[in-house]
Amino acid sequence: MSRIVIDSSKCKACYLCIKECPKNLIRVSDKTNKLGDRVVEFSDPDGLCLGCALCATRCPDLAITEVYKG
Amino acid sequence: MVECLAGKKVLTKGNYAIANAAVIAGCDCYFGYPITPQSEIGEFMSGKMQELKKAYVSAESELAAINMALGACATGKKAMTSSSSCAVSLMQEALSYATSDELPIVLVSVMRCGPGLGNIFPSQGDYNQSTIGGGDGDYKVIVLSPSNVQEAVDLTYKAFYLAQKYRNPVILLADGLLGQMMEPVEFSEYPYPEIDNSSWALSGAKGRAARIIRSYSPTEDFQCEHIRHLFKKYRIIQENEVMFEELYTEDADIVVFSFGSLSRNVKATVKNLRAEGLKVGFFRPITLFPFPDKRISEIADRVDKFLTIEVNMGQMVRDIKLAVNGKIPVEFFGKPVGSWPSVEDIEVAIKGAMS
Amino acid sequence: METQVFKVPDSFKKDFKYTFCPGCDHGIAIRLVGEVMDELGIRENTIAATSIGCSVTIYDFLDMDSIEAPHGRALAVATGVKRANPDKFVFTYSGDGDFASIGIAESLHTALRGESISSICINNTTYGMTGGQLGPTTLMGQITTTSPTGRNVEYYGYPVKIAEHIALCDGTAFSARVSLDTIANIKKAKQAIKKAFEVQLQGLGFGFVEILSTCPTNWHMSPEQAHERVRNEMMPVFVPGVYKDVTNI
Ligand SMILES: Cc1ncc(C[n+]2csc(CCOP(=O)(O)OP(=O)(O)O)c2C)c(N)n1
Ligand code: SF4
Ligand code: SF4
Ligand code: SF4
Ligand SMILES: [Mg+2]
Repeated sequence: MSRIVIDSSKCKACYLCIKECPKNLIRVSDKTNKLGDRVVEFSDPDGLCLGCALCATRCPDLAITEVYKG
Repeated sequence: MVECLAGKKVLTKGNYAIANAAVIAGCDCYFGYPITPQSEIGEFMSGKMQELKKAYVSAESELAAINMALGACATGKKAMTSSSSCAVSLMQEALSYATSDELPIVLVSVMRCGPGLGNIFPSQGDYNQSTIGGGDGDYKVIVLSPSNVQEAVDLTYKAFYLAQKYRNPVILLADGLLGQMMEPVEFSEYPYPEIDNSSWALSGAKGRAARIIRSYSPTEDFQCEHIRHLFKKYRIIQENEVMFEELYTEDADIVVFSFGSLSRNVKATVKNLRAEGLKVGFFRPITLFPFPDKRISEIADRVDKFLTIEVNMGQMVRDIKLAVNGKIPVEFFGKPVGSWPSVEDIEVAIKGAMS
Repeated sequence: METQVFKVPDSFKKDFKYTFCPGCDHGIAIRLVGEVMDELGIRENTIAATSIGCSVTIYDFLDMDSIEAPHGRALAVATGVKRANPDKFVFTYSGDGDFASIGIAESLHTALRGESISSICINNTTYGMTGGQLGPTTLMGQITTTSPTGRNVEYYGYPVKIAEHIALCDGTAFSARVSLDTIANIKKAKQAIKKAFEVQLQGLGFGFVEILSTCPTNWHMSPEQAHERVRNEMMPVFVPGVYKDVTNI
């Protein structure tokens, strides 16, 4: 199963990754960062992630730190 | 040519002598842009550094030249640039960076006259530019002032050594006369030990933590600490590296001050006046920073008056007055620019100050 | 079995944290530099000359030796480093202001001398760090804090096309302009950076990449709008492409 790892301490809530994911697997979470902005989370209950790393390639803050294809 | 110069006595021009001495001192890199009256240094280095397979760049400006030296020094190499007056003005920013970065740039500054373009007339108008500087922030540059070609050679060796030892830029402050005059000089081997800079020089972060050489300060506290550290170093330099020449000050009524090649005329005059029985003393700071203020203050305790003679509007007067701290009067004789006052002119000035 | 297809480049410091504004493309550019350093195995042999601008913090992220050059002097400092150490890998990372305004003389002359140096210039059409003033690449009509009614010729003249100028220098081995507005373009950007690094390793001359980049903060745009601006306003003027490649002649 493919998956990504988000380091929410690095997430600056720019939400560029959300638009990039072809499967809409990244969403705004309830957790906030230091600036009070809500960071993103990965939610893939149906195992749809492609491991395409488009999200990580787009993330300007290297907050998506790992992508696995499985 | 250089290798055989070490250990030899030759007749040569000041500028060539300085360049030769730099090579003997192990200068790895030279970067420069032409300006009279120091162009011979770059001309000599262009051939010599290529012959030795060392770094030479004919830089696009003095801004670029000194920043190339900054980069080379950051890797622990001995780097030098040379220039004059209005062009040394362009180097003030990098000198400020180099003091904060603690990088051992050697800058040979061969004075012409300013302000602005001025001309190639002789002048000592860059005493302030060298000792005070026009860069930003609290910093000090070591300034060495030779009076003859032999001393220019010896102080070039010393410039490289002090720069490395204290990780601080050093200016060798010569003047057009010294740069152009021919004198016999003896080139010794480089007389100082090599300084190990492996603890800080950039060489690639292999098997150790990455090193960053920067002047950027993340916090107020950090910057305070850094500047205090620099000033602790400047105090050590002040305590250990002062150099001066002193003559007949023990029983003098008046002591005459002068720096650089002009001091030769002043010293000759003082000797003449002594022969006439006048109680005149002579004092020449060799290090303009660190300034010999402790010794000057001691002399001021037993002398009636100081006279400083310069070809500028009295730039060294301020440092002497600070050392004297109001104990005795400090008078000035000089002219803004032009050929050095003759022994006769100086004699009249000294006698005038004594009357 | 899962295979890792993306990671933080090994050339990054372990505890790094980007300090750029949200959505700023500086972060992507530096990541690409890190990836290329990994691929070429050059981190431990690298000495970077950094610049002044938002670019300066690169030394806080990449685990490499570096010296911070005064504003505009990165290429001169890099020249000093490289001439003193021809065996080291030397690169600069500057903004458009640093590279092409205050430092244009150093930049052009480094290319003209054909220094074995690789250079990256982040073109965000403004002085980002100082709050978004007009810079050398500010577009015609662009409003900045010092062009309140937009860039006009009478007061400001024209923007500079950096990659084209660098390509004209005989000492240049590679000069390209790339964009980070799409995933495909990010991939091309990485290839260009790699090429600019490789020409140094091959001793072919100066390697240069101009990266069209966003400054959402000073453009007063969302990160997404900022990429649209790169696409719609910057790319027609600053046309991406390889302007010189001596390995391809
Ligand atoms: C000599 C000098 N002039 C001005 C500045 C102020 N300054 C700092 S960064 C900068 C502009 C940086 O713009 P750019 O190079 O485009 O980088 P960006 O921040 O946009 O990435 C200026 C003008 C300075 N530090 N030094
Ligand atoms: S790897 Fe691809 S599919 Fe998976 S979360 Fe990222 S963008 Fe979406
Ligand atoms: S792109 Fe990166 S920084 Fe932006 S929201 Fe997604 S994870 Fe956070
Ligand atoms: S000011 Fe602009 S260039 Fe600088 S970090 Fe913020 S968005 Fe990036
Ligand atoms: Mg910019």
